[in-house]
Amino acid sequence: MMKLTSLLTQKKSQILNRWLKLLYDSYPPETAIFLKKEKDKFDNPVGYGLSRGLDGLYNALVQEMETEQVLAALDEIIRIRALQDCTPSKALAFIFLLKNVVREELAEDLEEENLAAELADLDSRIDGLSLLGFDVYTRRREKICEIRINEVKNRVSGLMRKSGLSMDDLAQ
Amino acid sequence: MAKVPKPAELIPGSLRQTPAKGWMDVKPDLRPGTYVNAANPKWLEWIDYPFPRAWNVKDEDWQLPENWKELILQGMEDRLSRFRSLKVFFDICVRCGACADKCHFFLGTGDPKNMPVLRAELLRSVYRRYFKKAGKFLGELAGARDLTEDVIKEWFMYLHQCTICRRCSLFCPYGIDMAEMTLLGREMLASIGVNIDWAMASVAQCYDKGSHIGATPQAFKDMVDFLAEENERITGITTTPSYNRKGAEILFVMPSGDYFADPGTFTMMGYLLLFEYLGLDYTLSTYAAEGGNFGWFVSHEMGKRLNAKIYHEAKRLKVKWILGGECGHMWRVCNQYMPTWWGPVDFLEEPVSPITGTRFENAKVHKMVHISEFTADLIKNGKLKLDPQRNAHIKLTFHDSCNTARGLGIFEEPRYIINNVLPEGNFVEMPPNTIREKTFCCGSSSGLNASENMDVRMQGGFPRANAVRWVQEKYGVNHLGCICALDRATLPTLLQYWVPEMEVTGITELVGNALVFENEIERTTDLRDRDLVGVESEGVEAAEEAEEAE
Repeated sequence: MMKLTSLLTQKKSQILNRWLKLLYDSYPPETAIFLKKEKDKFDNPVGYGLSRGLDGLYNALVQEMETEQVLAALDEIIRIRALQDCTPSKALAFIFLLKNVVREELAEDLEEENLAAELADLDSRIDGLSLLGFDVYTRRREKICEIRINEVKNRVSGLMRKSGLSMDDLAQ
Repeated sequence: MAKVPKPAELIPGSLRQTPAKGWMDVKPDLRPGTYVNAANPKWLEWIDYPFPRAWNVKDEDWQLPENWKELILQGMEDRLSRFRSLKVFFDICVRCGACADKCHFFLGTGDPKNMPVLRAELLRSVYRRYFKKAGKFLGELAGARDLTEDVIKEWFMYLHQCTICRRCSLFCPYGIDMAEMTLLGREMLASIGVNIDWAMASVAQCYDKGSHIGATPQAFKDMVDFLAEENERITGITTTPSYNRKGAEILFVMPSGDYFADPGTFTMMGYLLLFEYLGLDYTLSTYAAEGGNFGWFVSHEMGKRLNAKIYHEAKRLKVKWILGGECGHMWRVCNQYMPTWWGPVDFLEEPVSPITGTRFENAKVHKMVHISEFTADLIKNGKLKLDPQRNAHIKLTFHDSCNTARGLGIFEEPRYIINNVLPEGNFVEMPPNTIREKTFCCGSSSGLNASENMDVRMQGGFPRANAVRWVQEKYGVNHLGCICALDRATLPTLLQYWVPEMEVTGITELVGNALVFENEIERTTDLRDRDLVGVESEGVEAAEEAEEAE
């Protein structure tokens, strides 16, 4: 994937911006304006998380990365989306959009060069990224269940200690 | 061919509101995870609240009373005449949008109806329609709309996605207080039997048994006695709290979270150690065993009802003044509402620290001092022998709780204590736009710390967690300190989702760790039974040396 990789590296900022804009546009218009405008990462944590995550995902596709790093980049975005959007399809649709973004941003280059094979490979990697995304999404939803249970247990944790019982005893 | 969506079709406007619609046309999307369940009718019966019935938020029909509309409009008219603030807040907003992006629920959910300006508009649009000429005649053109059941559902949803934290109010050029509108809006909902279960269960339990968790006076005493035993096991110091002792100088009131749930219990152990160290003449009341007040999250009237016990007990026990534990909303209620509800408080004295002689002039009216003020004064006057090394395993950042910080300006006292009980360099601040008066809420306060609304709690708390994560990554912070029991109950959950490996601690717990008693046993652990820095390795070294000697 040499030629395409070099194009993807060269045009990273255009592609990434377009991809990010599509992701922001999944929010209501007033919110999308805010997410794009506010640059302070503490005043705009969602915008910051989404842009940091997309950057990580893009790097994962262009460079070789360990699976753990790819999962971490996915998690930056999905831990936000898994709360905001209940269905995995809506929460993860943004990953697939990269296919169109690449085709649109690199339209001329793709006409000139014979990149069909490399593009098919990229598509396939985007699919792989999406599949990993489902793993992350599921983990995040499981996490929500886990923290709900932990909190209920914690409400009586003082009493448990007093009775000489541990949280594991409660689980049994 | 079956209709299968393309990814691009799943994306645009997928979150709640499609771009083409104005806000009035978007119906509330009450999906599981975003709301707290409807109140069980038995709680309403316990406290004699109107229209108890079994209903479900997911139902189309909420079984509102026949005259619900009349009740809401009467209720609004009544409140407009009783609360000048409400009328002013309804009339003066120019929709400048300064508040729009300041709400943690907006920042986390991305839902425009969580912009405070729009959340207020949910109420204001009804006010215009029925109480303003322009709205009566021009309707939607004048920003007015009819009161319908969907409007009630919308109020229910968004007035319970506001934690009354007042961050928006800080940025409003007019000082419009969304918290006040949320509280009055919730009152109106309660008048037609629309309440949330988590708040109402706590209120009813507190009204019936004396604490939100439904602990009886006996259970309260049992639990505090147990924590005193724990203190003795760890420090060798016998802490001896007294209960309902008439003639004590000070009545100590704490939130129930401090004696039932970890990590609040460790803060309670800290209180007991501190008071023992000082030989303080104080007592606990098994009747005023709940400083927190979920009633205030439901209505002013219910807040007053649950608060009654505090002055009542102070009077019955003939104490001179009241000392309050680490709690946020308790402090706001006691400081800003209690004297108005019950004053003048002529049966108590202006609080004076018996140890330092400091007169707490700021407490002249309500006669109640916050434990952070009390402890900071002790340290300032050199009355505590502290060993910060006992907290060396704790690298701390401090979360300003909305009510104590933004509501009451308690910024310096906890920081002063922290700097004296931690080794130098172990305290790190979060970024300035996320602390002090600009602090981000925990996202679960004001009766919203139920478990069924976990999705929205995690979104509301995201701005806070985001800043905590930053100090964790940059400075290796491992503890988040706070002086609020609701924070101690909800922040651990928030951090498990967003910032794993981060513990939550009260500040008096750190004081308890650091206090050096003359007759204590050798301290090898902190109040949570965790090894102190150096202790474990010393033990290992000693064992190794012994082995070598053999």
